[in-house]
Amino acid sequence: MTPDANKNGYRTVARGGLWGWINQRLPVDVFWRSQLSEYYAPKNFNIWYFFGSLALLVLVLQLVTGIFLTMFYKVGAATSFDSVEFIMREVRYGWLIRYLHSAGASAFFIVVYLHMYRALLYGSYKAPRELLWLFGMIIYLALMAEAFLGYVLPWGNMSFWAATVIINLFGTIPGIGPGLVEWIRGDYGIADATLNRFFSLHVVAVPLVLLLLVALHLVALHEVGSNNPDGVEIKDKKDARGRPLDGIPFHPYYTVKDIVGVCVFLTLLAIVVFFVPTFGDLFLEKANFEPANPLSTPDPISPSWYFTPYYAILRAVPDQRIGALLMLIAVVSFFFLPWLDRSPVRSMRYRGWISRTFLALFTISFLALMYLGLQPAQEPYVTMARIFAVPYFAFFWLMPFYSRIDAVKPVPERVTFHG
Amino acid sequence: MGKFAALALTLLAAPLVLSAAEPAAGEPEAAAPVRWENWHAGNNVADVGSLQRGARNFMNYCIGCHSLKYLRYQRMGDDLEIPTEELNTNLVAPGSTNLDYIVTSMPATDAANWFGKTPPDLSLIARSRSPDYIYRFLKTFYSDPSRPTRSDNLAYPSTAMPAVLSDLEGVKAAVLGPTKMFDHFQTISPGNMSAEQFDGFVRDTVNFLDYVGDPAQVERRSIGLWVVLFLLLLSAFALALKKEYWKDVH
Amino acid sequence: MTEIGAIADPQQPEIDPGRRKFLTVATGATAAVGVVLAAIPFVESWTPSERARALGAPVEVDLSKLAVGQMITPTWRLKPIYIVRRDTAQVDELPKNDSRLKDPKSENSIQPPYAKNEMRSRRADLLVLIGICTHLGCLPKQFFDVGDPALGADWPGGFRCPCHGSRFDLAGRVMDGSPAPTNLSIPPYSFRGQDTLIIGIDETTKGTA
Repeated sequence: MTPDANKNGYRTVARGGLWGWINQRLPVDVFWRSQLSEYYAPKNFNIWYFFGSLALLVLVLQLVTGIFLTMFYKVGAATSFDSVEFIMREVRYGWLIRYLHSAGASAFFIVVYLHMYRALLYGSYKAPRELLWLFGMIIYLALMAEAFLGYVLPWGNMSFWAATVIINLFGTIPGIGPGLVEWIRGDYGIADATLNRFFSLHVVAVPLVLLLLVALHLVALHEVGSNNPDGVEIKDKKDARGRPLDGIPFHPYYTVKDIVGVCVFLTLLAIVVFFVPTFGDLFLEKANFEPANPLSTPDPISPSWYFTPYYAILRAVPDQRIGALLMLIAVVSFFFLPWLDRSPVRSMRYRGWISRTFLALFTISFLALMYLGLQPAQEPYVTMARIFAVPYFAFFWLMPFYSRIDAVKPVPERVTFHG
Repeated sequence: MGKFAALALTLLAAPLVLSAAEPAAGEPEAAAPVRWENWHAGNNVADVGSLQRGARNFMNYCIGCHSLKYLRYQRMGDDLEIPTEELNTNLVAPGSTNLDYIVTSMPATDAANWFGKTPPDLSLIARSRSPDYIYRFLKTFYSDPSRPTRSDNLAYPSTAMPAVLSDLEGVKAAVLGPTKMFDHFQTISPGNMSAEQFDGFVRDTVNFLDYVGDPAQVERRSIGLWVVLFLLLLSAFALALKKEYWKDVH
Repeated sequence: MTEIGAIADPQQPEIDPGRRKFLTVATGATAAVGVVLAAIPFVESWTPSERARALGAPVEVDLSKLAVGQMITPTWRLKPIYIVRRDTAQVDELPKNDSRLKDPKSENSIQPPYAKNEMRSRRADLLVLIGICTHLGCLPKQFFDVGDPALGADWPGGFRCPCHGSRFDLAGRVMDGSPAPTNLSIPPYSFRGQDTLIIGIDETTKGTA
C-alpha cells in the first residue's frame, strides 16, 4: 500500500477489492477525507455552531414528511381541506406525519434564524465568506417562499387570506402590479388555479432550488472553511504537515458533537409534535381549521410567526407602496452586510461598545417586531412597531459609520479554547 | 322549586331584564358578578365514560342540525369503546350505517331558510375555536324575547342557534350591572337538570367535541412519552460519546 | 519546539479504547433502533386507511332470494364474491371430476379449513368463492350447463376465465390444461341462521359483525 497524492493533494490509498474498484471509478474515499475526516474545523465552536447541521436535518425531515403527505393530499379547492383531515384521521399515523411537517416548518425557521444570528455575532459574513453568506440569504428567501406556498395548501381560511394578502403585495408594484396579481392567481380571485400552481411550486420547484442552493452553500463553506467565535482565521497557523494548529478533523469530533445537537433538537421537536403540536396557535392556527371562506376574513389575522417582524413593518406605514417597499428593504438589508460592515475584526468578542449596542438593539427590535406583528392591527401596537423599526434599520444602514469608528480590542493570534 | 315559585321569579325578573337597565339594587340576594369569560371546560379526553356520555348527548341534541362529517360511527365506536350492538341501536342515526360519516339528515337549504344560515359542521369546532369557547357558548344562552329565536348568547352574541338545551338547563335571564354590562344570570324557569347535572352534561358534550376535533390525541400523547424517553436515552449515549472523543482535543 | 495539531496523540494514557468502542457501538445501535422505529409510521401509512379497513369489514348477504342454479356476486374488500346455490345433482357430480383436476384435494389452494373438502364449502348447497382467476386476476365467467356447446360435451359445468381459458368446476377447482395454478380461493365466511351469509369472518360472534 503506497500512499500517493491525488490532484487535490489528499492522500489516497490504492487498495484492491471492491472498495478499491469503486474508488478508482468514484472518489468516495477522497470525498470522505477531503470533506470530513481530513476537513479541519476550528476547535472552539460553541452552541451557536449546531444550527447549520440542524438546518440540514430539518430539510431532510421536511422532504421525507412532505413526500409522504403528497401521497395522500388531494390538491383542489374542493378537495384539499378534506384530504388534510383524511390524513389526520384516516391515514395510519397520518397525524404524526402532518404534525412533523407543520412543526418542522416552524423548526426550520427557528434553526435558520439562530444560524443567521450566529453570523451576526461572529462576523461570519465578512471576507472571504461573502458568497457563502449570499447563498445562505438566498436559501432564506427560498425558504420563505416555500413556507408561504405550503401554508396555502391545507386551504383553510388562514391559507386563503394569507394568499390573498401576500399576492396583493405584488399589486403595489407600479404599472404592472394589477396585471401581475391576476397572472399569479390565474383567476379573478384566489381560486383553484392558484392552489394548483402553488402545490406544484411547493412540492417540486422550490425544493429543487433549495437543494441546489444548499449544495452551493456547503461547497462555498468547505472552500473557505468555517469561521469561529473568535473570528480568527485558523488557516493562518499550520503545523509542519500543513494542518491548522487550531483545527480538528470534522469527523469524528464534530460528527459526534453534532449528533448530540441532533438528539437534543429531536427531543424538543418530539415534545412539540406529541404534546403541543399547535404550540399555542403559533405553529398551527385555529382559524385554519375552518375551510377557506372568500366571504369571511379571520379576525384578528396575522401571518405565521416567522414572517411577523416584516409584517409589523409593513403595517406600521400608512402608505401602501412605501410600506411594501420598507418591508422588502427589511428583508434585503441582510444581503448587504458583508459590505456594510467596515470593522477590522469579525467577532463581537473583540468589537467595541457601539457595535455591541447596535446588535443588542437590533435583537430586541427583531423580537419586538415579531411580537407586534402577531398582535391585532391597532394601537399601541402600530406606534410601537414604528419605534422598533428605527433601530432595526439603523443596525444595517448606519453600520458603515459605526463599525468604522468603533474601538476594537486586540484579536488574539490563536483561538481561545478551554478544553 | 315549584312551578308557582318559578312563575313568581319570572315575573320578578322580567322587568329587570326587559328594561335591561338598572343595577339590581332592590334584589334580595345580590348575586356575585359572573365572569363567564374566564370559565374553563376542564374536560379530559382520556375519560372514556365522559366521551360516551358526550356522544350520546350529541346524538340526542345536536345531530338534528349539526354534522361531524369527518368522523365515522364505527371509528367513534372503536375509540369510545362502545359495543357494536349498542352503537348500531342507540347511536347510529336512522338511515345511516355504522360505516357512514356522522351527517345530519337536515337538508342544508332548509337549514339556511330556517336559521338564516346553515348550522356549521362541528368536526373541527374544538380546534377552530376551543373547548373552553364551546363550554362558554353552551352555558351562556339567555332569554331575549326580542330575537327570532327568543334567546341570545354571551359568548356568541346574535347567534342564529336557538337555546336548544333550555329543557335541561331551564330558562335564564341576563341581568345587567351598573355599567350596563352583563352582571349575572337569573333563573326564569328551571329545567329538568340541576345546575351540577347540566354542567356535567355540557362538559361531557364539550369533551366529546374535543375528541372529535383530534381523534388521535390520546394515542399521540401516550406514544409521545415513549418517544421522548427514547430520545433522552439516545442523547445520554451521544453526550458520553462526544465527551469521550473530545478528550483528544486540547 | 514545533507545534503539532490540536489532536492529542492517540497513544496518550488517559484514553480508554474499550470505553470509546463501547460508546460508539451503544450510540450507533440505539440510533439504528431509532431509525427503524421512526420508519414504522411511514411504512404503516401505506397500509389500508382506517376508512378502508372499516369498509373491509365483513359483509352480510341475504340468501333467501337465491334460487337453485343461480349466482350472485356481492363484493368484499374490492373483490367479487361468487355465491352459487348448487342442487344435489351438481354436488353429487363433483367427485367424478377428480381425475381431470390439478388439485382435487385442494392441497395447494387457498381456503379456510372448513372448505378444504370435496365440495369446497361449509354447506353442500352453497358455493362461496373469490371470483378472481388464480392465473392473472381476471374474472371467470359462469358456464353452469353440463356439456355447454362452447366448452365441449365433457364439460361438467363450472367457470371459464375469458383471459386465458382457465376452467374450474362447480367447486372452483381448476381443471387440467388450464394456465391457472391453483383452485379459486375461498374467503372466510359463516352463516347466521339459514338465510344470512357473512363474508369475511369465520364464526359469527356478538359485537364483531
